[in-house]
Amino acid sequence: MTTSVSAPAALASAKRRTGRGLDRGFRYLAVGSGVLIVAVLASVAVFLLIRAWPALRAGESISSEVGWIPAGSSVLSVIGPLVFGTVLAAIVALVIAVPVAVGIALFISHYAPRRIANALGYMVDLLAAIPSVVYGLWGVMVLAPMLHPIFQWMVKWLGWIPLFAGDSAGNASNPPRVLMTAALVLAVMILPIITAVCREVFLTTPPLHEEAALALGATRWEMIRMAVLPYGRSGIISAAMLGLGRALGETMAVLMVLSPGLAYSFKLLVASQQQTIAANIAAKFNDATEMGVSALIATGLALFVITMAVNMVARGIVARRKDFSGAN
Amino acid sequence: MSQRIETKDLNIYYGSFRAVADVTMSIEPRSVTALIGPSGCGKSTFLRTLNRMHEVIPGGRVEGTVAIDGVDLYGPDVDPVAVRRQVGMVFQRPNPFPTMSIAENVLAGVRLNNRRISKSDAADLVERSLRGANLWKEVKDRLDRPGSGLSGGQQQRLCIARAIAVEPQVLLMDEPCSALDPISTLAIEDLIADLKSRYTIIIVTHNMQQAARVSDRTGFFNLEEAGEPGRLVEIDDTSTIFSAPREQATEDYISGRFG
Amino acid sequence: MASTNTVPEVTAEDLRRSLSRVDPARKRTDVIMRVVVYIAFALAMAPLISLVWSVLVRGVGRLDTYFLLNSMRNVFGGMDAGGAYHAIVGTLVITGWAALISVPIGLMVAIYLVEYGTGRLAKAVTFLVDVMTGIPSIVAGLFAFALFYLLIGPQKAGIIGSVALALLMTPVVIRSSEEMLRLVPNELREASYALGVPKWLTTIKVVLRTAVAGLTTGVMLAIARVIGETAPLIITVGMTNSINNDVFRENMMTLPVYVWQQFGLGLVPCREGATDCIATINFDRAWAAALTLILIVMLLNLVARGVSRWFAPKVRG
Repeated sequence: MTTSVSAPAALASAKRRTGRGLDRGFRYLAVGSGVLIVAVLASVAVFLLIRAWPALRAGESISSEVGWIPAGSSVLSVIGPLVFGTVLAAIVALVIAVPVAVGIALFISHYAPRRIANALGYMVDLLAAIPSVVYGLWGVMVLAPMLHPIFQWMVKWLGWIPLFAGDSAGNASNPPRVLMTAALVLAVMILPIITAVCREVFLTTPPLHEEAALALGATRWEMIRMAVLPYGRSGIISAAMLGLGRALGETMAVLMVLSPGLAYSFKLLVASQQQTIAANIAAKFNDATEMGVSALIATGLALFVITMAVNMVARGIVARRKDFSGAN
Repeated sequence: MSQRIETKDLNIYYGSFRAVADVTMSIEPRSVTALIGPSGCGKSTFLRTLNRMHEVIPGGRVEGTVAIDGVDLYGPDVDPVAVRRQVGMVFQRPNPFPTMSIAENVLAGVRLNNRRISKSDAADLVERSLRGANLWKEVKDRLDRPGSGLSGGQQQRLCIARAIAVEPQVLLMDEPCSALDPISTLAIEDLIADLKSRYTIIIVTHNMQQAARVSDRTGFFNLEEAGEPGRLVEIDDTSTIFSAPREQATEDYISGRFG
Repeated sequence: MASTNTVPEVTAEDLRRSLSRVDPARKRTDVIMRVVVYIAFALAMAPLISLVWSVLVRGVGRLDTYFLLNSMRNVFGGMDAGGAYHAIVGTLVITGWAALISVPIGLMVAIYLVEYGTGRLAKAVTFLVDVMTGIPSIVAGLFAFALFYLLIGPQKAGIIGSVALALLMTPVVIRSSEEMLRLVPNELREASYALGVPKWLTTIKVVLRTAVAGLTTGVMLAIARVIGETAPLIITVGMTNSINNDVFRENMMTLPVYVWQQFGLGLVPCREGATDCIATINFDRAWAAALTLILIVMLLNLVARGVSRWFAPKVRG
């Protein structure tokens, strides 16, 4: 630092001082934004809790005020079947989507010619951008009518499996506004995101390991099993968790497709059995009384907690994977 | 016994680019043949055609013949997967499977053909292969630990153990020591000297002292200029190549005048 | 070294045989798995192609300038009238406000994480941004509702929806901006510091300017991501049949909600022989609106990718 006080130097130091003020201001702005994110997320939880509190406190008396809550039930006792329906739909969707997504990802990364593969990858990305309401519209108006004969067949031949049991008359519901249809639409919706993550992971398999497998005399599939899948396993798991998070929170597809019920029922092919939290909120919110809104927000809080937990597990797996590949 | 390898008018392409031209050479069984030459001259590319690994690269294709004991590897009824069982390969950078233990790595190739190998047979084979790769003493107490926890030189020897576990006829080595420190390099070179009593070994190396130390015969690859295909300049007994090569280019390269 | 390895003697005939054949079971597995992978691909493409095709075929009939420029005011029954103008306006206004809220915040958080962030706060922010990415859209809607309930009571307004969308959009903006800012080479920053430029000016004039194409792409993709959101808007903005440009008052219509509303109206019971009544009019409008929505989203995607391709600075050389 210079101590001489010539005019230009004074000017420079003055400038520097204002510059430093701006510098500090900018830094505060940046740090403040970071703090804001923390505050926002905290306030999401707090606000939801505040608004859910009246319904949580009301106990069983709430059933007289809120039409969709069965007599004698509290909010907590209807959250049960809603969580059940939400998780069931998401898991069925995941069971359908993950193997298919892994297949597509392998097709793009290891089977298709490279030029086609790039175009396909781009297409999958675009499909992820299609709004959920469009998937819902397609699901209920195009897909569902095609599914009924298949569901009828499943009830007839696979009805002994509880999941595929028919209604009291031994039929699949028609129109098939059932959980299976909703889950299928959910599966189609989460396919692109799971595929995209898997594809990225498969494409980063070190060629070194692929060549090692091939040089040992592995066929293409054996190479995939020896080098690609083990390397990508944690990536597949976290992709699945990501898809699960999406499926749990998805509203429109279920809202438009599923005929709701509030039972703990595994019947995937019968209407009016289950409902998901998100669809229930969207369906009931606009006609709800103040207490009704409070009850819905309480269920939303439950959804928030579940999806947060799923996402944190997914992130944990991703982080572990980073450590793992770093050691190599 | 191990087999003689003969290539005839071998042309190797990446797409439309001819990377290696007109290689005709004969490789003696149970000997070590070193391939030397400047970077980009196609010696590694050539090596990869000997077990049909070249065609794994998109656009890679081969013209001409590579015959092991008269059987053309590129013949119509030959399966590349079967070829690679007969002709093992060790790569420039050690590449044990990171998700497998040391023992599983050794057995990786064997398990492909023989899913139900008995436990004791498997243990025998692991020990035999690791002994063959001079690695047994160092790892016998931690066979179930991941292979990626070993040092670079140990990993490379693990890869050699993995390659010899499937009992190939020929062993290809693509600059196996270039990623290793001098002590590990020495261990690998000793190992090569042991292995040549049972396998036909072809090794690509940048290190001329190494070629002189380990090989019986040496082939020199060169390319006239960038964009031109690489060619085999000459192949002869190692002592001849390093003392009295026939070609001027070989002498220039060996005496360090270029490359 | 004792030779414990026994290499079996092989005749040329053996060799020929062993080279020409892999174990047939392995070969079969390989072929089967190839077929399975191809089938998985076809299986997945079928619904996706069916979806795009149905939207295209069913939506294109009603998608004309009349549809784009008229609202649903005074349209009822099976009238051959009505459009989505009010919904398009609502979507653009609400999404615009959402972008206005989330882009500055998202950008500043990204700057914080890349240029300033160290220690526990930065770690916490990174983690919470990840958590935010997973917030279900309906929960974002509930949060915005609960927040404004405290401020203005139980009302619906466009801005509430904007806040909900902003909550969904911010983490996406942060993630993509962070990635882009990290791509800016440190040499550029150091060169600027060496010239005596203070950090904030360096950040704005050097870092942001270098990354501007990538940032634009990220923001546009984030907009494309939330512009199709339906659920939070149903509960915060509601719906209307008339044009409403004021985000601070009254219900607004948005394109995704319009699709849902028209679908929900269902078939119109027309009198037999009535010529002024189209039974499927509501479905037709729903499909046309769905097509409009997809076109907007695709347009955003294409432009976003175009921006990053054509205006990307050549700094990585």
